[in-house]
Amino acid sequence: MDTAQQLDNRDRANDDAAKPPFDVEERSMQDTPYPEKTVGKPFVDAPKMRLRNVNVFYDDNQAIHDVSLDIGKNEVISLIGPSGCGKSTFLRSLNRMNDTIDICRVRGDLQLDDQDLYDPKLDVVELRARVGMVFQKPNPFPKSIYDNVAYGPRLHGLADKKYDLDGIVENSLRKAGLWNEVKDRLHSPGTGLSGGQQQRLCIARTIAVSPEVVLMDEPCSALDPIATAKIEELIDELTESYTIAIVTHSMQQAARVSHRTAYFHLGRLIEVNDTETVFTKPEHELTEAYITGRFG
Amino acid sequence: MSETTAKVRESLARRYRQEKRFQAYGIVSIAIGLMALLILFTDIIGKGHSAFFEHYVQLEVTLDRDTLGIDDASDKEQLNYANFGGVIKEALRQRFPSVDDRQQQRQLYALVSSGASYNLRDELQANPGLLGGTRDLWLLADDDVDLYLKTSQRKRPEARLGDQQKQWIEDLEAAGDTDKRFNASFFTHGDSREPELAGIWSAIVGSFFTMIVTLCLSFPIGVAAAIYLEEFAPRNRFTDFIEVNINNLAAVPSIIFGLLGLAIFINLFGFPRSVPLVGGLVLTLMTLPTIIITSRASIKTVPPSVREAALGLGASKMQVVLHHVLPLALPGMLTGAIIGMAQALGETAPLLLIGMVAFIVDIPGGPVDPSTVLPVQIYLWADSPEQSFVAMTSAAIMVLLAFLITMNTLAVILRKRLERRW
Repeated sequence: MDTAQQLDNRDRANDDAAKPPFDVEERSMQDTPYPEKTVGKPFVDAPKMRLRNVNVFYDDNQAIHDVSLDIGKNEVISLIGPSGCGKSTFLRSLNRMNDTIDICRVRGDLQLDDQDLYDPKLDVVELRARVGMVFQKPNPFPKSIYDNVAYGPRLHGLADKKYDLDGIVENSLRKAGLWNEVKDRLHSPGTGLSGGQQQRLCIARTIAVSPEVVLMDEPCSALDPIATAKIEELIDELTESYTIAIVTHSMQQAARVSHRTAYFHLGRLIEVNDTETVFTKPEHELTEAYITGRFG
Repeated sequence: MSETTAKVRESLARRYRQEKRFQAYGIVSIAIGLMALLILFTDIIGKGHSAFFEHYVQLEVTLDRDTLGIDDASDKEQLNYANFGGVIKEALRQRFPSVDDRQQQRQLYALVSSGASYNLRDELQANPGLLGGTRDLWLLADDDVDLYLKTSQRKRPEARLGDQQKQWIEDLEAAGDTDKRFNASFFTHGDSREPELAGIWSAIVGSFFTMIVTLCLSFPIGVAAAIYLEEFAPRNRFTDFIEVNINNLAAVPSIIFGLLGLAIFINLFGFPRSVPLVGGLVLTLMTLPTIIITSRASIKTVPPSVREAALGLGASKMQVVLHHVLPLALPGMLTGAIIGMAQALGETAPLLLIGMVAFIVDIPGGPVDPSTVLPVQIYLWADSPEQSFVAMTSAAIMVLLAFLITMNTLAVILRKRLERRW
């Protein structure tokens, strides 16, 4: 596993955390105290994921400080905040992708349907089948479109017959809104698609294993506005069957696609509220400063 | 024109000059490299091309029953002990009847190779009816005769033959009784003390078995080690230590590996000497660092995004490696392996120490038969006193180079063919 590059990124993230990218005139924001506990409504009834007192460390650097949050069933929650505030780190703790980084430790109580995520008895392979992930950069396998989507189902033995597998592939591609564009070239390489199509292919690949939760780590940051619009539309449709947590740098996107919005600041969860509330009447000063573009 | 623009303009000419000079250094370096290559090839080909041909002389041979000492040419047993030498000597005496003194006779007999008897035997075996008859037959010439015929007219007086012998050869040539033919035996025979009979086939076969042993051991071991170190091993002092040592091993002189092989495989394990099995083991030790280093490098080029994608879908670590990392890294690994093999194919020093320098006439039948390898054969011939071996050495070098170029071309083609873009 080449974690070197990831570590680089993490290190940079930590540096950023240590030295926030504030301009001189905004220095006053730094003095704004963090709230004792997250303001707004971090908890919901009957959550899909129940996360309490989550702390994440890279060696001795603490990247996430005591975050408590619920993710409701079939909701889209967006995680926003300035660069290096720990959104992605937090997201990656939710399906234990952080396990691949040797120096990363996660502490706290993370549950998916009352199942402890970091229970040593829990099989991480099973967990990742239940909590899928879409990454920032489209990363299709250098295989055919069909094989890309069929990879997960094959891995977990979800289809016994070719016929069933075909069905899963078609269904997933349809859900990802890609079927009509690729149905005639299912066996051409997935890497030959355009950036937006590749990202939808990755989404199709993720939902092909029917996960319960889909984590999206800035899924549109590498895409043009048209492709972005398509993905946002798709997220909207996917909420019918999935719970989605999305990290985004675009506040418009957060406003458009999510039901609730969580604002992270330097590894702390400052505020969680209904998206509308966050963008119209933010409760905390830091949230307000961020969404009005005073820093970020 | 602003001040900055003026300054930029001033410096421009100097910058362009620097650039030109920099390019010129590169071109000169390449030219030197090409020159060296050209000189090497002209020298080798100039010296070696004549070894691909050999001369035959035509004599009227009487396959006399009494001289041969046999009565049935279809009986293999009898053919094996038939006195073909006597028949050939008789034919030579008849061709040059004036020779009667013993000294001169011995010189006369030296015109035809001792291998001519085998020509004759094969001829008789193919046509048993020839027994008792008289026939014009082409017989392999001795290496000195061959060399004399290959020399240009101008240089012939300097040749290392007696005046009488030169006269006989000139006579034969004038009568049209000499013929230059393709030297097939060079590619089909084993080594021999007689240059006209020596060939490189046993060395090629020996090299082949050695390479098979090396490939079968070093590729799987090297790839497995690379995958473990890159994908599974924890990063700690111990793995750092291993890494440093692997890099060091790549720089250890090959003769040290030969000594190690001698001490471990031959003295401790009691493996036989001079066999491709031990040669392959020693070369495996030598190529392993190369293969491990190139394999690790090619594993590193597999983008982390592909691994993350697979892990995110719930693939186990081994599945990530087998389904994604290995297929993507394989072209690089194969290239490394082929380059390592090419290195091993040209290796001589470690093999000298484990006894593969022995004089082997027989074609080895397997990896535990005594044999030699191409570069060692070259070394042996380069050391031989007979003049004809000079050309043969160069010819053998040409064969070795042909193999090396083929292998390296294969590496390039494989890399181009299998390379996948993402």
